[in-house]
Amino acid sequence: MVNRETEPIFWTLFSAGGVIAALFLPVQLFIFALAIPLGWMHLPSYDSLYALAHSPITRIYLFVLCSLPLFHFAHRFRYTLYDGLQIKHLNEVVFAGCYGIAILGTLAAGYLLWRL
Amino acid sequence: MSSPGQASSRAKISSARSHGEAFPAYTEFHPRWYRPRVSTYWWLGKWAYVKFILRELSSVAVAWTVAIMLLQIRALTGGPEAYLRLEHRLSSPWMIALNLVAFAFLLLHSITWFNLAPKAMVVRIGGKRLPAVLISGPQYLAWIAISAIVFAIIISRG
Repeated sequence: MVNRETEPIFWTLFSAGGVIAALFLPVQLFIFALAIPLGWMHLPSYDSLYALAHSPITRIYLFVLCSLPLFHFAHRFRYTLYDGLQIKHLNEVVFAGCYGIAILGTLAAGYLLWRL
Repeated sequence: MSSPGQASSRAKISSARSHGEAFPAYTEFHPRWYRPRVSTYWWLGKWAYVKFILRELSSVAVAWTVAIMLLQIRALTGGPEAYLRLEHRLSSPWMIALNLVAFAFLLLHSITWFNLAPKAMVVRIGGKRLPAVLISGPQYLAWIAISAIVFAIIISRG
């Protein structure tokens, strides 16, 4: 799967996802998983958040925000297992698992945002 | 796959060996590389290695954050009740503790990522290498600006 020809593609996805994750994800997690549950910010009403998420620009934004970071995860986690646990013999299984998650997550994001 | 002829000749050789006749005891030349076994916990020895593994593990927090976002989008498609139910689940102490850890890892990812960029791309202007601050600096500024904009958008939603 990964060889001299395909490695740059995976690396580019890793890199692009890394930028998106670094710039956009902390604020996303902070607002919705910490600030609102802890009561530091009030919960937006369903209708207003739905209206925001429903607009085409937000949907494209959310799709990119879900998909690319998962490919970043796939690449990085694969090498973490490779270096950290030294499970070279399971390389193919790890590869399929990591990129499987990325592809499934992307499909799920596409489907959910399409239905939104 | 060995043919019957090969098998019989091999049998002959082995019988000749066992009798110590025509065949002297050869040892095949087989170079063995020096490869010491590295412990699974090799990275615990040095703080720099621990930092490396923590940085790499930040990818799990990235995937976790995406999973939460997918749950939120699903809750939005599910209607007001599903939306409140997810909000309730996110408010449980365990969830908040988990998300605090995830958030710390996300910050680690952002900071190490921005600091790594000047090392990954070498920008030369007029034959001189652009100082690292001029490459990672704008990324920090963009990070702050983007975070502020997202905050403003969510706060403006009543």
